[in-house]
Amino acid sequence: MTEDRRFALLLTGLSLVTLGLFAASLLIGPAGLRIGESLNALLFGGAGHEATVLVMREIRLPRAILGLMVGASLGLSGAVLQGYLRNPLAEPGLIGISGSASLGAVLAIYTGMAAALPLALPLMALAGALLAVLVVFAIAGRRGGSLTVILAGIAVSSLAGALVSLALNLSPNPFAALEIVFWMLGSLADRSMQHVGLAAPFMLVGWLLLAGAGRGLDALTLGEDAAAALGVRLGRVRLLAVVGTALAVGAATAVAGAIGFVGLVVPHLLRPLVGAQPSRLLPASALGGAALLLASDLAVRLIAPDRDLKLGVVTALVGAPFFVWLVLKTRRETL
Amino acid sequence: MLWLRSKTARFLPGRFLLVLLSLCGLAGTSWAAPARVVSVNLCTDQMAMMIAAPGQLRAISILARDKRSSAMAAAAELYPVTSGQAEDVFRLDPDLVLAGTYTTAVTVQMLTRLGVRVELFEPATSFAAIAANLRRMGQVLGREAVAEQLAVEMETAVAALSSGPSAGPAVRAVFLDANSYTAGPGNLVHAMLQTAGLENIAASRGLLGTARLPLEVLLLAKPDILITASRFDAPSVGEAVLDHPALAELRHRTGAAVIAGQSYTCGLPQTLAAVQALVAAREAVQARRLSARD
Repeated sequence: MTEDRRFALLLTGLSLVTLGLFAASLLIGPAGLRIGESLNALLFGGAGHEATVLVMREIRLPRAILGLMVGASLGLSGAVLQGYLRNPLAEPGLIGISGSASLGAVLAIYTGMAAALPLALPLMALAGALLAVLVVFAIAGRRGGSLTVILAGIAVSSLAGALVSLALNLSPNPFAALEIVFWMLGSLADRSMQHVGLAAPFMLVGWLLLAGAGRGLDALTLGEDAAAALGVRLGRVRLLAVVGTALAVGAATAVAGAIGFVGLVVPHLLRPLVGAQPSRLLPASALGGAALLLASDLAVRLIAPDRDLKLGVVTALVGAPFFVWLVLKTRRETL
Repeated sequence: MLWLRSKTARFLPGRFLLVLLSLCGLAGTSWAAPARVVSVNLCTDQMAMMIAAPGQLRAISILARDKRSSAMAAAAELYPVTSGQAEDVFRLDPDLVLAGTYTTAVTVQMLTRLGVRVELFEPATSFAAIAANLRRMGQVLGREAVAEQLAVEMETAVAALSSGPSAGPAVRAVFLDANSYTAGPGNLVHAMLQTAGLENIAASRGLLGTARLPLEVLLLAKPDILITASRFDAPSVGEAVLDHPALAELRHRTGAAVIAGQSYTCGLPQTLAAVQALVAAREAVQARRLSARD
């Protein structure tokens, strides 16, 4: 009973933090609008303030929405991957899913496919992500240790990164080569409602599938045989995890580039707070991921507003030291 | 080497002509003028093509043939091109290499070490600097008269534009390039805006050179004219900002002008042609203001 209350309290707290960061994301920007003025323009429009309305509705709102959705996708898929592979290092960025999704998106955009058919962008990113999840799951197999998964991830990540760089270097557009940075570190700068419209449906379906894996993940903590004995169909859990991750991370990467470490850090930070139950970790990680990404995007805008700092720089600054700590901890446990 | 010889052979008529002209004293080249000039920078490529005597310029950089960057892409087809790397340049046995101050620094060092004379040209960020670069190009090529004529023609045209009547309140413009970059003082595009009689919003906001201007700041500055760079054929994420729905909305209400990349990538007499388009955009805004007042 108390544990249920603690869980409800945690979710409420995380929701409030996320909501606060979402509002901050709408209200803080280089234009320095007053709060009343911005809210009025956002909610009611208003004659004579067309420019403010445009800023609020076409620039800040899509950025805040994408921050929320991309973060939630990364946090949620990180929690599901860690639960399914029972591996603390599984994360969409680290094991090459984000990188492969980037490759798909790069192929869609720079070949002109996305200009002819906008849906090609999320679909190609989805295909890239799907391929990477399948490779990682195949390599991790039934008893893939942390090391195997990480090595597979390094292989997939480097290959995808190299192919992204190759594709962009071969583009006749000189800006393309500079965009290697965007596809490897991610950014929400200058995104529009078109991006929200393209990515949101895929992310939403992905979330539903990932959430559906929750009960299966709980059973899996007892081991595969016990889970099967409890009537959990492992094939179904695997399918939900694979397709859900590909949809959520693929769509997120298609519009925001590959953002690392969110899916790694958030589930680990929240796991002690929800108890050992993976299904409870899922909503908490989704909210936590959204909060972390919104906070990182705010940091990007506040630290160096005129430098176009990439999102992945901030998440890596938070994530890399954490990752080292995690590796050391894993090593101690296996010794 | 056979390859090289066949290339030289193809250009023999030009060289023959040069010798003939020089003998007659018609080419305007002094005897000390370099005879085998290689240019490795897009901007020196174009100035040299305009100023050099026939046959004097032996090779230019491959970029000079790129329509998006070069204002003389068609003319560049008539010259052999090099990759601009020291090895390629050295085997052409040049007696003068033209380069830019900011590019190919390693190549320039190596060529200097190998004993090749290298002349460096600063990128021009004003029309005065363009004229100075043209005159210096005339000197190093021994073609002062040709260069002087080009410079004077350009200076006369700039003076004519600047002395035009400025009617009514300032017309405020802003330049937007890929990745939300704009141009402030110290950037050639700023000089173009000034020459066209426009007030540059980036300059009023204290931005210098090439700087980022966030979209929301641009929208709230309410420009009279939104000037964007021409696009490359192949797509890029950075240029997608020029299609942002918020800008489409802005374009409905304001004047818009597009300036071609090759007009401001290098400071050249051709840069002035793009200024004419900006003047037309300014006059359209002023005419609209007048008719709104009537």
